[in-house]
Formats: sequence, structure tokens, C-alpha cells
Amino acid sequence: MQTEIIVAGFGGQGVLFAGQLLSYAAMDEGREVTWIPSYGPEMRGGTANCTVIISDEEIGSPLVKNPQAVIAMNLPSVDKYVSSVRAGGVLVVNASMAPREVERQGIIVVNVPASEIAESLGDKRMTNMVLLGALLGNLPVLPLESIEKALKAHLPARHHRLLPLNSQALQRGAEYTKQPVV
Amino acid sequence: MARELIKGNEAIAEAAIRAGLHAYFGYPITPQTELLEWMSRRMPELGRAFVQAESELGAINMVYGAACAGARVMTSSSGPGVSLMMEGISYIVGTEVPAVLVDVMRGGPGLGNISPAQSDYNQIVHGGGHGDYNLIVLAPSSVQEAIDLTVECFDLAEKYRTMAVLLLDGSLGQMMEPAELPPMMPVRETFPAWAATGAVGRKPNILSSIHLNPPDQEVTNLHMLQRWQTVEANEVRVKEYYMEDARFVVVGYGSAGRVALSAVRAARAEGIPVGLLRPISLNPFPSNMISKLADRVEAFLVTEMSTGQMLEDVRLAVAHRRPVEFYGRVGGIVPFPDEILEEIRRLAKGPLTLEGHPRNRWLARMTGAN
Repeated sequence: MQTEIIVAGFGGQGVLFAGQLLSYAAMDEGREVTWIPSYGPEMRGGTANCTVIISDEEIGSPLVKNPQAVIAMNLPSVDKYVSSVRAGGVLVVNASMAPREVERQGIIVVNVPASEIAESLGDKRMTNMVLLGALLGNLPVLPLESIEKALKAHLPARHHRLLPLNSQALQRGAEYTKQPVV
Repeated sequence: MARELIKGNEAIAEAAIRAGLHAYFGYPITPQTELLEWMSRRMPELGRAFVQAESELGAINMVYGAACAGARVMTSSSGPGVSLMMEGISYIVGTEVPAVLVDVMRGGPGLGNISPAQSDYNQIVHGGGHGDYNLIVLAPSSVQEAIDLTVECFDLAEKYRTMAVLLLDGSLGQMMEPAELPPMMPVRETFPAWAATGAVGRKPNILSSIHLNPPDQEVTNLHMLQRWQTVEANEVRVKEYYMEDARFVVVGYGSAGRVALSAVRAARAEGIPVGLLRPISLNPFPSNMISKLADRVEAFLVTEMSTGQMLEDVRLAVAHRRPVEFYGRVGGIVPFPDEILEEIRRLAKGPLTLEGHPRNRWLARMTGAN
């Protein structure tokens, strides 16, 4: 059983960290996992993405053409990945930054006004956590609590005051559940 | 010890430190800079030597000096930097002193780009520097393997008094995976008898690669070759997957090897009896193993992130007894599993030929020339 997730957005939106958090949670649950970032001559404000693969056996390719799930934190990421999500898979869209309707049949499209939710929680940097919550609300790869545990276990102690806010953000995102595609 | 989520480059650096590294000399270059960066923080913290040299030429010659003093020493770089180091590498091997090089390959030739590639195989495995010599070359395909093989590189370099190279591509350097680091070994405080440690009360040790009298050089070269035969007899390493009943064999190392693993699993799910042979030691190369396989399997597919460099070593081992086909992506592109799956299907479907060169057939397919 292998699950592939791509997290994509602008640099600075917490794209790589969201992927790392998934990876920490998977590792702590005893799973195999790979995290690989897009790297290259990047620039501030440019696009960034990472691929996370979670599996029960030795992982082969760390990159996939058709992932089971994509978190798209902005419009360019929606455009880039909308057609690559595997049939029956999940596309989580940050509707705050990608207001356009997604035209794709056969996948679960979860529109979450994540930036607005994060701002209402008092910290825009929580956008990635809202979206991660929405992903796990629709993709049974890891329990939500495993992310909360991973945050506590791997976030430096100086950031621990942010743990309750992170949990709230995850919970708010997880409320956006959709029916699976049959 | 618990597993940690670690980036390939940083894992290699920390593994070297824990293996008792005395000194690191290097110069930054993507995609291996995190390795040097990790060293720049950790080595001074531990009271060990770290120097960011003025260039790769400086770095490799500092490595040469420290190796002559009997230190556990390493450097790391990528294609363009490794090319600059070639003179020093030849001197190190010619002087028969141990050292470790980590080469995190990127797209080339020339300045190329910083994306993952395997196009420095020939340079590292078949020379690159001048003179008759062999480097021990190990190729990991996961972060855990990178850690384990880093430690092995030091042991092998010292055992055989030569340079050992950890050869990987940029994607493995940048990738994070859970892995277990070895326990911290104390740094060695005694030095080998041959080392230049100060000749007080003993005859000086002369360490040099100069043998101006040709018969002396010949003796040295033959002696080094005999030692290399011992390496060939004892240090071949591979990992096999689904090989027991395989009729077709994919051969790939490093990242190309693990991408091929996904393809082999998918092909197995379609009922194709295919296995994967992933060479871990590229030098010594598992030639005998491949030669024996040629007696029992129907055909080989070599897959690399180059235009077919290891391909020639596989062809030599198979010696025209079975068809060998090739699939590569080049210039900084990592293949997806479905591309290799398609090649496995083609292999299983046939017809195959012993005629011509697999690289030419591959090139024709890539460029739509047929």
C-alpha cells in the first residue's frame, strides 16, 4: 500500500514544511516515507513543491507522475497538477488564492478558503496546516492526531506555544470532508 | 537508536563525522552544499578540522596532505568541482594513501545544471585522472544506504590504501528519509605506521607518487593491480529484487535503480517475470554475477540517468550471449517508473536482437528517428 502526495505553492507558504510534517508523522507511525523537494535555481516568490510517498514497503521511485493527492496552495499549482491527480484521488485547493472552479471529473476536489481561515485564527502562516487538515479529512493515509503528535515531537521547543493554534488549524481544515468518488 | 528524518547530504556528513572523521576540506557546489554546510557547523563544534578551501584544487590537495598524515579525511563535490579535483585524485591514489570523496552528480557536461544525473560514471569508475588506477566506488540508493556506505568507504579506503568514492545523484542528496545514524566513534589517536607523523627516533616515511625510474613505476603499478584483485574478489556488493524466477533482468544503480524497482513491481503485477539487479559497488563491478545471470535469463535492460555508461560494463559481462537493451534519461531528468515499465513490456514482448548497439536503438526511439 503506497500513497503519494504532492504539496505545491509559492515559496514561503510553508509548502516544504507541510510535506516534512507529513513525513515525520508517517515515520513516527512506523511507515516508510520519502520527501523530495523541487530544487533548482529558485527565486523568492517562485513556485515550490515537494513529493511525499508513504508506504508499508521499501519505496522505489521518490517521484510520481500521477499522485493520489495534491495540495495546491495557489492558482499556478492548481493549473499544474489538476490533470495529474490519479482517478479517485484528492485535490485540495486553497480557494482563497485559487478562486476559479476546478474542472476535473473523477477526483475529489476539496475547496478550502484556507488563507481566510488562517487569518481568522489570527495567523496567516497556519494556511498550510488548514490544508493539511483538509487533506487528511479526505485521504485516510494518517490520522489527524499523528500530525499533532509529530508537531509536538519535532518542532523546536521555542515554537511550542504555537501548538494549540496548529491543532485548531488542522481541525478547521478537516471539517471540509467530501464524499469519495465511486 | 531511533530513526530520524534526514536529508541525504546531511546524513552523509553526519555519518562521516560519526565514523571518526578528523578533517574535511571542500568547496561549495549545488547539489551537495548542505554536506559542506553541515561540516562547517559540526566539525569546529567537535574540535575537528574544517576548511572551506579557495577552490576544489585547494580542497583535494588539503585532503592529500591530511591523508599522508594518516588522518581520516574526506571532501565532497559535484561534476564541475570533481573535474577540477582529478589531478589530486590521481596523486592520492598514486601515493597509496586513503581518502574519501563524495560525488553528488548533476546534469552535464560543462556547467550543465544542478538537477540529478548519473553522467559521471565513466569519470569516476573508469578513471578521469591520469595513470593506471582504480577507485573503490559505492552507489547508494537511499538515505540509509548512503549512511552505511559512507562508513564503509572509510574502512575500505584504509584497508586497501586507496580512494573510495560515494557516488550518488542530486535527488538522493536532497531527499529526506527516515534513517538510523551510527553511534559516534571516537576519533583515532594513533596513526598508521606508513603515515608522515614526524620522524623523531625512526626512519622517515617517504610518501610520494613520483617514480622517476620506469621499472620502479612498473613494480608499483603491478603491486597496486594485485591489491585491486583482492578488492575485486572481496568487495562486490549488489542488491537483488524478485530475481529467483526472473527471465528478464533490469540493471540500474542509485536513483535509477530505485525508480526501476517501482517499474519492476508494476511489471510483476502484470505477470512479467522480471527482476532487478542493483549494483552497489560500481567498482569493483559485479561482472561475474551478471555473466552467470546471462546463462539463465533471456534478456537484460540497463537503465541509467546517462546516455549509457554502465551499459558498456553490462555488455562486457553479458558478452553478446543475450540481448541487452537500454533506457536512459539525461541532462538532469529523472525517469518516471512508467517509462521503464514500458521498456520492460517491450523487452518481454520481443523480438529482441543480438545485433547492433542498444544505445543506437534507444537514441533512435528518443529522437523519433525510426
